[in-house]
Amino acid sequence: MTAAGLPDAEITLGRLAEKMRGAVAFDAKLIGIHSGGAWIAERLAEMLDGRHPVGYIDVSFYRDDYAQKGLHAKLATTTLPFEVGASRIVLVDDVLYTGRSVRAALNEIFDYGRPESIELAVLIDRGGRELPIEPTYVGARVAVARDLSVVLQRHLDGSLELSLESANGGGRA
Amino acid sequence: MKIEIHNGRLIDPAHGIDRRTSLYVAAGKVASIDEPPAGWHPNRVIDASKLVVCPGLIDASARLREPGFEYKATLESEMQAAIAGGVTSLACPPDTDPPLDEPGLVEMLKHRARSLNQAHVYPIGALTVGLKSETITEMGELSEAGCIAFSHADAPLADTQILLRALQYAATFGYRVWLRPQDAHLAHGGVAHDGEVATRLGLPAIPSCAETIALDTIFELVRATGVRVHLARLSTYEGVERVRAAKRAGLPVTCDVAAHHVHLCDIDIGWFNAHCRLVPPLRGTRDRTALRQGLADGTIDLICSDHTPVDEDGKQLPFAEAEPGATGLELLLPLTLKWAQEERLALPIAIARITSDPARVLGLAAGQLAPGADADVCVFDPEARWTVDPASLRSQGKNTPFLGLELSGKVRHTLVGGQIVYEA
Amino acid sequence: MRNPQLGPGGELQHLLTLEGLPPEVIGRILDTAVPFVSIAERDVKKVPLLRGKTVFNLFFENSTRTRTTFEIAAKRLSADVINLNIGVSSTTKGETLLDTIDNLVAMNADMFVVRHSQSGAPHLIAQHLSTTGRGGIHVINAGDGRHGHPTQGLLDLFTIRHYKQEFHALTVAIVGDVLHSRVARSLIQGLTTLGTPEVRVVGPQTLLPTAVERMGVRVFHDMRAGLAGCDVVVMLRLQSERMKGALLPSAGEYFKHYGLTAEKLRLAKPDAIVMHPGPMNRGVEIDSAVADGKHSVILPQVTFGIAVRMAVMSILAGSQVPA
Repeated sequence: MTAAGLPDAEITLGRLAEKMRGAVAFDAKLIGIHSGGAWIAERLAEMLDGRHPVGYIDVSFYRDDYAQKGLHAKLATTTLPFEVGASRIVLVDDVLYTGRSVRAALNEIFDYGRPESIELAVLIDRGGRELPIEPTYVGARVAVARDLSVVLQRHLDGSLELSLESANGGGRA
Repeated sequence: MKIEIHNGRLIDPAHGIDRRTSLYVAAGKVASIDEPPAGWHPNRVIDASKLVVCPGLIDASARLREPGFEYKATLESEMQAAIAGGVTSLACPPDTDPPLDEPGLVEMLKHRARSLNQAHVYPIGALTVGLKSETITEMGELSEAGCIAFSHADAPLADTQILLRALQYAATFGYRVWLRPQDAHLAHGGVAHDGEVATRLGLPAIPSCAETIALDTIFELVRATGVRVHLARLSTYEGVERVRAAKRAGLPVTCDVAAHHVHLCDIDIGWFNAHCRLVPPLRGTRDRTALRQGLADGTIDLICSDHTPVDEDGKQLPFAEAEPGATGLELLLPLTLKWAQEERLALPIAIARITSDPARVLGLAAGQLAPGADADVCVFDPEARWTVDPASLRSQGKNTPFLGLELSGKVRHTLVGGQIVYEA
Repeated sequence: MRNPQLGPGGELQHLLTLEGLPPEVIGRILDTAVPFVSIAERDVKKVPLLRGKTVFNLFFENSTRTRTTFEIAAKRLSADVINLNIGVSSTTKGETLLDTIDNLVAMNADMFVVRHSQSGAPHLIAQHLSTTGRGGIHVINAGDGRHGHPTQGLLDLFTIRHYKQEFHALTVAIVGDVLHSRVARSLIQGLTTLGTPEVRVVGPQTLLPTAVERMGVRVFHDMRAGLAGCDVVVMLRLQSERMKGALLPSAGEYFKHYGLTAEKLRLAKPDAIVMHPGPMNRGVEIDSAVADGKHSVILPQVTFGIAVRMAVMSILAGSQVPA
C-alpha cells in the first residue's frame, strides 16, 4: 500500500473524537501510550466534552520482547498525574496491530492501582492481532502489508500526519 | 663422541670471535675451531650453515622448585626446559623449602642434578638460616658443598646490623653475596610500581626509592666491608644511575636484570593480568629504557631469566594475591635476541650478556669455546619464529606474559660436556 | 587491549569499571535510570524485566548498605536474589574465588554482583566466565579493593546531572582519602569522560596516590583553595584504620584541615551541592550541620542509587547473549 492509501490523520482523529463524544464517561482519564498515543490523548482531551486529565505511559519495562531485543535506547517516563484506583480509564494508542503494546500497558496500569474500567481508543486499527484485544473506539481501519509500519508524526505546529515506513526501520515507503 | 658443528656463525664473545667457521668437539671438550684436529673422523656432523653456534647459555637465576615445591615443577621438567632453552649452566636461588641453608640439602640438589646429566646446576646458598635474618649460615660448609655465592633471594633482610655482619663474614672468606636491592619496609605490601598505572588500578605500590635506598645502603656496606656484591634484579632508572656511579667509583659490584623487565613495563598489566605480577614489579617506560641502555653499555652485566614456575592456581587469583614470578628458561634466548635487535646491537653483545658475562659474575670457567674448554654449546636458529604457548613450553610453569605471542630464536641443538642433550 | 566489559558489538556485557566506557554508554545508563526513579513512588514498585532471572550478591567484603541497595534494585526488577556473604573464614576453607563462581554458575546464576577486597577480582571473574564458555552471565562490580565502584560513580554522576544538568562547566572537588578510595577513582573517570573541565582532589600528601594528576585532576592540599568556586563537593569517608600506619595523626586534626564545615563550604558557589557516598563519619570528614543542611544531597544519592542500579541491571540483562 502506498501513502496515498492511508487516511488523513486529522480527519481520522475527528472521526474518533466523534465516536467517543457522548460515549466515554464525563470524567474518564486518558492515558496515552508514548509517543503517538500521548499526542492523540492530548488532542482528544481538547476535543471531547468532559473533563479528561491526561497521563502518559511508557511500556518499555513491560514489553514481552525484552529478552530478544533488550531495553529500548530511548526511554520516556510514565507520568500519571491522577489516581488509577477506582478510575474509569481510556487507554489511547495511535496504531493497534498485534496488541502486545496494549497488553504491556494494561499490566503497567494495574501496577499503579485497580481501575474501575479500561476502554481502548485507537486512531488506526491495522488488524494482524496476536492477542485477544479489541478496541472500544476506532478512527479508521486499514489493511497494511506485514513488512510495513504505520507511523504517526507530529509537526511543529501540532498537526498530525500518518505515513508508511519499512518495518525494519528503513526509509519511507 | 666426535661431533663436528659445521659452518655455522660461531660467536664466542669471551674471545672476540664472530665468524663463519666450524667447531670440533671430542672427549667432552672443544677440540678445535676453524680447522679439524688431525685424523678427524666425526661420529656426527651438524649442519649449522643457517645457525648460530655459541657457548651454552648461563642463566644466573632459575628456580628449579626442588626441594619442597614439587607440585609447581620438578627438577626433571625444569632441567628439560633449561636445555630446550639452550641453557647449559644455571644458578638457582636458595628460596626452596627448606631453604638451601644446610650442606646436606645442597649436596642432594647437586647430586640430583648431576644424575640427570643435563645442565650444570650451581646452587646459591642462603645467607641466613632459614632466610629468617637472624643467624648466618655455615658459609664455609655450604661453599664446600657447592654453593657459588650466598643470597637472601626475595626474603626481606631489614636489620642492617645483621646484614653488615653477614657481609663482613662473607668478605672474610672471599664469598660473593647476591642481594636484592629492595627496602623491606618500603616494599611491604606492595605489588606494583608506584606510578600512574598502580594509581589507576588501585594496587598497593612499591616506590622506586625502595630500590634506591636499598642500593645506597648496600654500597655503603660494600665500602665498609670490601665484600663482592652482585645486585639481583635491577628495575629502576635511578637504580641504573647509581650502579653506573658506583662502578665508576671502583666498587666491586655487579648487577643483573630479568629478561621480562627488559621488555615489559607496568602498562602491560592491562586489566590485572596476573602473569605480570613479578618481583621486582614491572616499572615505568623510563625505567625500562634505562635498563635497556644499562645493558647495552655494560652497567648491567647480564640478563637472567629469573625462571619461576607458578602453577595455574597460583595465578588465577586477583592480582595482589597471585603468586609472583614468570617462567623463563626457554625465553631467555629469544628475549635477549629481541632486545638486541630492537636496540640495533651487534649479536655478540647480546650473546655475551647470557654467556661470558654471567660466567664472569658467577666465577665459572664456562661461557666460552676456546680449545680445551668444556663442550657446552648452544646451536640456534635466530630467524625461526615460534609461538609461546603451553604446548611449546617444556617447563611445568606456563606462566608468562608472553603467552600467545610469537618470538624469534629457536634452539636446535644443545650440548653439555660434548653430549647432545637436546635437539629440535 | 580490548575492554572486557564490552561485547563484540560494543554492547555492555559487564559493568566492571567506568574506565574505557564511551560517554554514550554512560549517558544511556543515566537516561535509563530516570524512569526508574519514579517507580519508587508507586504502590507496586516492581517491573517485570528480570522476572525469572537469578542475581547472586557475592560479597567477599562486608557491606550491608551496598548489598541492600543491590537487593532492592534486583527485586524491583522482579529478579530472584540470593545473598552470599563470603567472609574470610570461607576462603580459609580452601575454596578459591573461581571455584566459588563455578559452583554458583552450576546453580543457574544469571548475574553476579561482586564486592571484593582485592582490586581486579571482578575482572578475573568476568574473564573466567568468558574463557569457560559462560560469557552470557553478567558481572557487576560492587567495589573491588581500591580500584573501582562503578555503580557508585554512576549514581554520583546521576546526582550531579539531576541538580546541575550539564557537566561542561562544572568544578567538582573530591575531598579526603583518595588513595584508598574506589569511589573517588570511579567518579574521576566518569567526570572526565563526560567532559567535566575541572576535577579537583583535596587531601594531605599521605592520602593522595602517586601521579594522580595523570587521571586528569588538579591536586590541592589546602582545602579552602580546593573548594573555592566549586559547584559540587564530594566528601569521602575516612576509615579509622588510616590512623595506624602513620598516614594521619588523629581524626581531630583531620577534621581541622579537611573536614567540611559551613564556614569552608561558603567558599564554594552559593548553589553548590554536597555529596557523600556514605556511611558518614559525622565530625570527622563532615560537620553534622552541613550533612543535614540545604546543600546536602546525600539522601537523594541513596534513592538515585537504587534507580541507577536498576538501570545497569536491566541494560546488562537485555544485552544480546554471545553465541
